[in-house]
Amino acid sequence: MAMMYSEKVQDHFANPRNVGKMEDADGVGQVGNAVCGDIMKMYLKIEDDIIVDVKFNTFGCGAAIATSSMATELIKGKSVTEAMQLTNQAVVEALDGLPAVKVHCSVLAEEAIKAALKDYYERKGLPVPPECQICDHDCHACGGCG
Amino acid sequence: MDIYFDNAATTPVSPAAREAMMVALTEEYGNPSSLHRKGVSANERLEEARASIARDLNAEPSEIYFTSGGSEADNWAITKAAELGARRGKKHIISTAFEHHAVLHTLKKLERQGFEVTLLPVHSDGLIRVEEVEAALREDTALVTIMYANNEVGTIQPIPEIGALCRARRILFHTDAVQAVGHIPVDVKADQVDYLSLSGHKFHGPKGVGVLYCRRGAYLTNLIEGGAQERGKRGGTEALPNILGMAAALHESVEHMEENMRKVTALRDKLIEGLRPIPASRVNGDLTHRVPGNVSMCFEGVEGESLLLKLDLAGICGSSGSACTSGSLEPSHVLLAIGLPVEVAHGSLRLSLSEWNTEEEVNEVLKRLPEIVFELRQMSPVWEEMLAEGSVRNVKMEEF
Repeated sequence: MAMMYSEKVQDHFANPRNVGKMEDADGVGQVGNAVCGDIMKMYLKIEDDIIVDVKFNTFGCGAAIATSSMATELIKGKSVTEAMQLTNQAVVEALDGLPAVKVHCSVLAEEAIKAALKDYYERKGLPVPPECQICDHDCHACGGCG
Repeated sequence: MDIYFDNAATTPVSPAAREAMMVALTEEYGNPSSLHRKGVSANERLEEARASIARDLNAEPSEIYFTSGGSEADNWAITKAAELGARRGKKHIISTAFEHHAVLHTLKKLERQGFEVTLLPVHSDGLIRVEEVEAALREDTALVTIMYANNEVGTIQPIPEIGALCRARRILFHTDAVQAVGHIPVDVKADQVDYLSLSGHKFHGPKGVGVLYCRRGAYLTNLIEGGAQERGKRGGTEALPNILGMAAALHESVEHMEENMRKVTALRDKLIEGLRPIPASRVNGDLTHRVPGNVSMCFEGVEGESLLLKLDLAGICGSSGSACTSGSLEPSHVLLAIGLPVEVAHGSLRLSLSEWNTEEEVNEVLKRLPEIVFELRQMSPVWEEMLAEGSVRNVKMEEF
């Protein structure tokens, strides 16, 4: 497989963890758009402030699938506050690096989680923490995270 | 088992080419410019190769210039034809929106130098129209440069008709024939081209070598100053192993062209017919005016790079015009030029065959590719939305 990807990226692409949908999710977030070529959708099951389950669906390149998979692994079993602190850099490091042109995929993974958490807060009628405010990923209008 | 379906990117070197190269790598190590016996015999080999390539294109040996490949030939022809135009006060060039970047980027450079470039639209069938070329011609048109066959969608352009049009108006005509030569009959006289670019590694020759055909009498000034090689126009000791390999590969391709075309076309059509029933898929480009080996398709709801990587895991090598394979946000300019929406172009796949491929390999791809498309759609939010909108039917892999 493409040598531009680390073995961990290749593994998470070939055997993605936590793929799927969730009927009874407590928070759902979707970021990206089809025009840019990447869409990630995250589903969170939250009990007592702990992320007890997480699922994702992704339309995108190898890095988009691998970063989604790794991001779900990194927040599973963690508290909501911990999940909120997850940075794209942490996802990149956990995957042993990404090619520069693919770093935006890790940004998308971070933001998909934040979008799902934002949805969780909104559903509960709670104020959304500033950490969960994300960009709308209108990449052509912005280009800031490419 | 590796299944290599990326022959439009490059081809494996044929035994005939390898053998010819070995001659230059062993006994014919002389510098073709040297006056001693080793030089003389190396020069004889070089000129035999030139004559052989000339015959295979219906050109004269003196019209063949060896280059480092197709990109160099494109750069050379276009830049020099433009140079002549500028001297005559003609600074207009006609081309198409779906040329190779070796052409498009050269034209961009010329635009910065004050040239005006008209990029003709490409129709959804992947073809340009001769009438539209004619309508675009102006008094100050210096050059028309239009590819023979497109690298992504494989469509063959009406080159002889454009050639006749340009010849009648005395306008220089260049064609990037990198995807055509060795695959379909190309005759520089019948096609009435002034310049033609080709690349050795697209027809089982080695990489790093190509040809610029320049019709006798057509303008061409020096590309590389130095020695007397290539009639003084491109200095530097000739890459004899590559040149001999290319000449042998081209000759073999031309000699077996009819049977190769028949075989490859049959494989291609089997592949297309087998993949077409995948829901929300489409074949890009006209099916009759098409090089024998090209299959270009889009699968909605699937992104091209992940499709390629999954195919690679299954031992199948293909290519995609998705943005993610190019390192930018934009998918292939070719697919956009033929009018595909951006989100559809992201799900493109090109499989390009050669006469070395087998029906067994086609059958394996027909088995694995639909599985992979279904698998990726299962995890695609885009596909989920399409299902929710009711724009596609949820066919299961088992039903397919």
